[in-house]
Amino acid sequence: MKDLMDKCCSKCFHTSEKPCRDYLACRLEGPLCHQDETCSRKRRDFINSIIIPQESKKREILICAGTGCASSGALGLLAKISEELETRGLSDSVGVKITGCHGFCEQGPLMIIEPSKTFYTQVQEEDVAEIVEKDLLGGELAEHLLYQDPITGERAATYEQVPFYARQKRLVLHNCGHINPEEISDYIANKGYLGVSKAVFELTPEQIIEDVKLSGLRGRGGAGFPTGLKWGFVHQAQGDKKYVVCNADEGDPGAFMDRSVLEGDPHAVLEGMMICGYAVGADEGYIYVRAEYPLAIKRLKIAIEQAEKYGILGNNIMDSGFNFSIKIKAGAGAFVCGEETALLTSIEGNRGMPRVRPPFPAQSGLWGKPTCLNNVETFANIPQIIRNGGSWYSSIGTENSKGTKIFALTGNVNNTGLVEVPMGISMRDIIFSIGGGIKNGKKFKAVQIGGPSGGCLPEEMLDLSVDYDSLNSAGAMMGSGGLVVMDETTCMVDVARYFLSFTQSESCGKCTPCREGTTRMLEILTRICDGQGKMEDIDTLERLARVVRSTSLCGLGQTCPNPIISTMRFFKDEYISHIRDRHCPAGACKALLEYRIISEKCRGCGMCIKVCPAEAISGEKKQPHVIDPAKCIKCGSCKEVCKFDSIVIA
Amino acid sequence: MSCNCGESKSLELQESFQELLKKYKGTRGALIPLLQEAQEIYGYLPKEAMQQISGTLNIPFSKTYGVVTFYSQFHLKPRGRNIIRVCQGTACHVRGATKVFDAVSKKIQVAKNETTKDLRYTLETVACLGACGLAPVMMVNEDTHGRLTADKAGGIIERYE
Ligand SMILES: Cc1cc2nc3c(=O)[nH]c(=O)nc-3n(C[C@H](O)[C@H](O)[C@H](O)COP(=O)(O)O)c2cc1C
Ligand code: FES
Repeated sequence: MKDLMDKCCSKCFHTSEKPCRDYLACRLEGPLCHQDETCSRKRRDFINSIIIPQESKKREILICAGTGCASSGALGLLAKISEELETRGLSDSVGVKITGCHGFCEQGPLMIIEPSKTFYTQVQEEDVAEIVEKDLLGGELAEHLLYQDPITGERAATYEQVPFYARQKRLVLHNCGHINPEEISDYIANKGYLGVSKAVFELTPEQIIEDVKLSGLRGRGGAGFPTGLKWGFVHQAQGDKKYVVCNADEGDPGAFMDRSVLEGDPHAVLEGMMICGYAVGADEGYIYVRAEYPLAIKRLKIAIEQAEKYGILGNNIMDSGFNFSIKIKAGAGAFVCGEETALLTSIEGNRGMPRVRPPFPAQSGLWGKPTCLNNVETFANIPQIIRNGGSWYSSIGTENSKGTKIFALTGNVNNTGLVEVPMGISMRDIIFSIGGGIKNGKKFKAVQIGGPSGGCLPEEMLDLSVDYDSLNSAGAMMGSGGLVVMDETTCMVDVARYFLSFTQSESCGKCTPCREGTTRMLEILTRICDGQGKMEDIDTLERLARVVRSTSLCGLGQTCPNPIISTMRFFKDEYISHIRDRHCPAGACKALLEYRIISEKCRGCGMCIKVCPAEAISGEKKQPHVIDPAKCIKCGSCKEVCKFDSIVIA
Repeated sequence: MSCNCGESKSLELQESFQELLKKYKGTRGALIPLLQEAQEIYGYLPKEAMQQISGTLNIPFSKTYGVVTFYSQFHLKPRGRNIIRVCQGTACHVRGATKVFDAVSKKIQVAKNETTKDLRYTLETVACLGACGLAPVMMVNEDTHGRLTADKAGGIIERYE
């Protein structure tokens, strides 16, 4: 026996062709079919080597190998640590494993030592010797690598003490960063696949659907449609063949929670899809993943292979009579393919253009068959709901928004990363308590939520409860859960223009309001940012936004005016400044900027002359310099190097 | 003609392409995966390859062409040895992605979606690489580089020959 998944002795007969019903329970508590102290000790030892008990002398080093930390150098770190443990003869008492994303990408590469929960941040290869010497051998902490609170200056010894984690409630992400996503045994030791075994052996499809309805879970892909209701429709739909499809297209720029779940806990998504398949009566599933996510695709492939190998996925799963297989489809780079009907037609091998609904995919989806389509995060919630019951889940969150939601907190905020919070928390808590406030002591201006379909919320709305309905009534939406924080240097007209340029280029062109409307709105916004706007542009934009919203074919067009509508609602004065005063209050719109040197402050050091790529600055040494506006290309290099703050944007 | 090593290379590509066609013949919904794998072989999609794919799957060439031009992942022209993709996602945008793009573009003297003459680099943009925590970000081939500045980005691309 080399692995938790293996036979303990020849009495175990489980294979994927001739499966055993108790296969999973046996891995955790076994052996069940015979009594043997040696066998059960072996099983316990394997579990303890994965989840190290508090009292054990063994230690395990977890290194985050998510995309963020990998690009900060985590893989070099892994090699270095393994080498150091080898030379010090510690390989037996200290394990090393790679995990998915811990969420705190800002502080990467991250390292956790279990079972003490020690949390080291920004670990470099040079630090490895010290960690081994001081911590693993000496039993002390490597103080300077512990997370330091930017405000109080205090160090946190464990991850539980770091404010970024302390305020979160990690349900979907509970395995991410703690298990090795490339080892099915890690998932199973943490109660993995017990949800699906409970489903197929103890529950009827109707009971599962009732439980999911009771949980109050709503789709995490954007629109927030009640998941149990959708499953009920597919269950009732007539058809000899049905499909389950997982939407992992994650096109919203600024959101990466689906990626992290797939990279950090791929089996949870597979398990959610299997439970769905059993409930709606489907035997085949597809996962549609963005091609920009190579690591997620690789981990999913490994997960599917392992689950098939042990008979957890495939025909007659654990001798229940239930068959289910899963295939991966890589997207080919089109945002609109995140829309469900476009996604399905793309799987069929066509141009990914949406079609009119009804019929909804629940009636006629992939190849015309009833299809249940959900988002990655939605599926990842399912195993726990089935294991713990719908009423447990519905005790978390607000009246109409249950459970937790993962947000990708990014932009001008101190702690960027993935955060999972209970629904109903205030925006202020997310940005200031968890996110640690605005970077570089600047002033908060707005938070963009929901990507290209969402809106910007100003300071006054920070105490808003974060749930589906409050966000909608404030003119934003949950969307996929991207939260981009903007400070005083972000121009809100430019933000609206940015989103329109995105939706304009991603519009598939099938319906006229979206194709032409986005183009016209983008033209107007570009004009305003360039200082060529007219007062009547504001009315024209409002009218266009209304028309495009109410007449477009799919969600892309129907929601693309939201960034304009919300910035006009809360930041109209910025539009007026751009048009009437030819002035960008945030100092972001290049065409409206003029760089000037305040002669009283300038010491004539010449730094700005050196860096100016356009030779626009002149002046004698020790004499105030001047910028020639005709030559200036407004790159801002001079302002960055000036030590005396003498360059201003007017 | 004394040297025919170029020819044998192209024969090799031809062979793997024929294998590929065989693998997908008769499979439902095979067009996109077939195009993806053909592009892996050739680096782009030559017209002849698209014609053969259409023939094998028994679909009109116009449809294949329509699909190829719909998705940003497919390319009709040869591309550089190193693909630089600068993220223009929201998180990167508010942390200065435009400056990074301008710097890279200036350094290698090509605009968006263009390839340098020596085929060393192709410059592209992408809407979010999913590494927003490290914004601004760019990807060179399969490597993600984060926390960029205009300066740093220029240095990084030099490492790719
Ligand atoms: C333009 C557009 C893009 C979308 N992109 C995504 C996406 O990237 N991921 C996703 O899960 N849902 C996306 N959706 C929502 C899907 O159409 C669909 O509602 C969702 O995947 C259903 O799953 P859920 O009920 O679990 O949320 C998008 C919708 C539109 C209109
Ligand atoms: S916005 Fe650039 S990686 Fe997401």
